[in-house]
Amino acid sequence: MKEFKVTPIRNGTVIDHIDVGMALKVLRIIGVRGDVSSTVSVLIHVPSKKGTWKDIVKIEDRELDPKELDKVALISPDATINIIRDYNVAEKFVVEVPERVRAIMKCSNPGCITNKNEPVEPEFVVEAKRPPALRCVYCDRTTTDIAENLV
Amino acid sequence: MSGSFRGSDVVSVRDLSREQIERVLTVAERMVPIARGEEKSDELSGKVLGSLFYEPSTRTRLSFEAAMTRLGGRTLGFDEPKGASVAKGETLADTIRMVDAYSDVIVLRHPQEGAARLAGHFAVNPVINAGDGAGQHPTQTLLDLFTIRKEKGGVDGNHVVIVGDLKYGRTVHSLSEALSMFGAKLTFVAPPTLQMPREQIAHIESKGLEPTISSSLEEVLADADVLYMTRIQKERFPDPAEYQKVAGAYALTRALLRDAKDDMIVMHPLPRVNEIHPEVDGTPHARYFEQAFNGVPVRMALLSLVLGGSE
Repeated sequence: MKEFKVTPIRNGTVIDHIDVGMALKVLRIIGVRGDVSSTVSVLIHVPSKKGTWKDIVKIEDRELDPKELDKVALISPDATINIIRDYNVAEKFVVEVPERVRAIMKCSNPGCITNKNEPVEPEFVVEAKRPPALRCVYCDRTTTDIAENLV
Repeated sequence: MSGSFRGSDVVSVRDLSREQIERVLTVAERMVPIARGEEKSDELSGKVLGSLFYEPSTRTRLSFEAAMTRLGGRTLGFDEPKGASVAKGETLADTIRMVDAYSDVIVLRHPQEGAARLAGHFAVNPVINAGDGAGQHPTQTLLDLFTIRKEKGGVDGNHVVIVGDLKYGRTVHSLSEALSMFGAKLTFVAPPTLQMPREQIAHIESKGLEPTISSSLEEVLADADVLYMTRIQKERFPDPAEYQKVAGAYALTRALLRDAKDDMIVMHPLPRVNEIHPEVDGTPHARYFEQAFNGVPVRMALLSLVLGGSE
């Protein structure tokens, strides 16, 4: 009999192939906190078919929007998204690191004008994808610690 | 930015191609007799410059005003935010939208990095960055390039030694990027705590250059074609003790110039404090006062170009 560490979900999103060790950051960036109303399963350090290790996050009754997927891509560019509807994989795709991102991260430069209560959304050019490096289009400062600055 | 300057913002040297920079320098050359008052111009007659200085800057502000006046235009604005609506908590975005409606071009000096880019997003008319915090200061860079080209006949192939506060100094970041675009050989001289930031060096290396890093002015002076001195800026130091430690450590004296090439020139964005001894002023190397004057024709060229003249 096949052994399941976590049972399949009926509806929701499975984020698979998360870089090992990044699952908790994924939870944080998609806004999963202690007050969730549906079941969230987290698997850390799971053997993958490639013979390496990965993390997995399963969120029931929720489908991630494109902005959330961009955030996941930035910290785990090989992650795959499985949208589950009635126990079936309705959609499956690999996240894509965008060329530019807007309003998902604040600039790490405290002297940047975007951190000063101006009516603008921080915007970045993705300079490198792995490891990610994002350059602020306003102050030109490059941020590499993405998870710390996500909003 | 496309080939034409008309209506364009001038925020960072990175926005400009080598051809565009050369265009500015060529137009600036034509502006010199007007800047000196030897010829008259009404090229920008009826045009208004909105000059917003959120930080004091005598040289930059006055040279922009002089540039606009020499071309027949007028200037309005403020030279400190105290008393302006800014002090009442107005956002930069709102101030820009207002001044944009009152003027044809905006010149902005602001303590926050990225302020000029933000202003460019909100203004319909062109915005010229006159320095944003520790960020870019493109007009200073253009006048520095203009000075080197004028004094040395070109920029390419010259060994430019940049000395002083390379970490916090805004002018040296823009300048080193532009010099690398023109293929100058670069040496950065600073105490280790004030050396050029890693990302700046990476940017220069991405142009295929290998800048030399040194902490000794004496060691590199003899090989320099251009010695670019900068002030160790007290206001950029959180710790006064650190300032005291490094201030004056990189001062240029007449005695140090003994080993310099005969045609080596000394530049400085001014104001200077102790980093160039007054006895250097009378040597054939000193060019910093000419450099300060060059701010006027270069800013005239920029104002003319973004307002659609000189095309």
